[in-house]
Amino acid sequence: MNSIEVLDAGPLTTVQDFGRPGLAALGVGRSGAADADAMRLANRLVGNAESAATLEVTFGGLRVRAHGGARVALTGAPCPMSVGGREVAPYSVFWMPDGDVLRLGLPSSGLRSYLAVRGGIEVPRVIGSRSTDTLSAVGPAPLSPGDRPDIGHEPPQPLTVDLAPVRQPEAGDLRLRVVLGPRDDWFTDDARRSLLREPYEVTAESNRIGMRLGGTPLARSRTEELPSEGMVCGALQVPPSGQPTLFLADHPVTGGYPVIAVVIGADIGLAARARPGQQLWFSAVKGPDPGFQ
Amino acid sequence: MVDSVPAARTLLLRIDAGVTDVGRVARCVRRTEPRPGARPDAGPVEIPVHYDGEDLSEVGRLTGLGERGVIDAHTGREWTVAFCGFAPGFGYLVGGDERLRVPRRSTPRTRVPAGAVALAGEFASVYPRESPGGWQLIGHTSIRPWDIDRDPPALMLPGARVRFVEAS
Repeated sequence: MNSIEVLDAGPLTTVQDFGRPGLAALGVGRSGAADADAMRLANRLVGNAESAATLEVTFGGLRVRAHGGARVALTGAPCPMSVGGREVAPYSVFWMPDGDVLRLGLPSSGLRSYLAVRGGIEVPRVIGSRSTDTLSAVGPAPLSPGDRPDIGHEPPQPLTVDLAPVRQPEAGDLRLRVVLGPRDDWFTDDARRSLLREPYEVTAESNRIGMRLGGTPLARSRTEELPSEGMVCGALQVPPSGQPTLFLADHPVTGGYPVIAVVIGADIGLAARARPGQQLWFSAVKGPDPGFQ
Repeated sequence: MVDSVPAARTLLLRIDAGVTDVGRVARCVRRTEPRPGARPDAGPVEIPVHYDGEDLSEVGRLTGLGERGVIDAHTGREWTVAFCGFAPGFGYLVGGDERLRVPRRSTPRTRVPAGAVALAGEFASVYPRESPGGWQLIGHTSIRPWDIDRDPPALMLPGARVRFVEAS
């Protein structure tokens, strides 16, 4: 079977597909690609099913060798890349001949890149998915040098495109849309104002679980303990320090601090591209109306 | 319905907006009447604990029980798993000694070791693996609350009874 040998995994490289939806009641989070839009595009470029497992590369630095040749594409954070010393471009489909090494440099913007291989990455599924959940350690361990995941069989879909014209990830301030709540009423008017009018900086304490943000502390109007409740990707959870955490793919399924607002699904990918030091601005949009009165 | 997450007072429902909408699901929920049901019970799960947690003396101070009193209260009564969450195998245990109610730490730890035995609010639990966490740590156990090679992988399923015993 053809395979990809990891020579250097960079800061963090994991296998990711769409994760494990539907198991949160057992304490198993969804996990999956932090930037699902970029993962989907990488798979489409190489003619895979959109759900095929890919490599999620955090901040470049990956070096892999093809065993048996591989057709690949990189999306998400654009890294300078070479195959066997020749330069290749992100968002394009290229061939890695047997024995050649693909090297990724540091991305010029964005944080996470997705390397799709035609046929998909074929590590064993754990509870229905090949994703590494970094919070719960469900799924394969993060990749390390010497790992050699298999490449799956050629999919039936022919290759139809060899380049995807996409916008580069934003390197400056990011604007994210949020729906306020479910616990915005646990905060002061000033806190709600700060959240929607002031920037919050992505701190270095950020990973696939969530991004700890820094800015004007969000003060609470109710100080009692919140009984633990379900959490979602995109939730802005506020511990007593007042500095919100923006939950990403590997977030805990429940949490005991109030959520002041939730980043809408369409903007999660954008949030997952933010690097430490980037400023986030939140703007409120109306959520769907459940008809509760 | 994509996912449902029962918790202490709430039930979180995630839906596929391409299939249904919030209004329809909300109408269904309002029509639903909860019924009492049978609870699975295979006898209490015993968890041996070394009471050497970083927050033990703080919990002793907060509760006024002292370290010895905290240990006696924690082992003195049977707990019940109310629901699971936070992480695979993390059970929220209720029904223990009410004097053990302590607030979460004001700043969560970025790393809590696997097997840490902890308290927060009305709950007790055991961290199934190293993870961030804001609970007060009173001890540790070598029992694994989550083991993917075990069936079921979670030791503490909703409804299960749990007894903590002091490890020698």
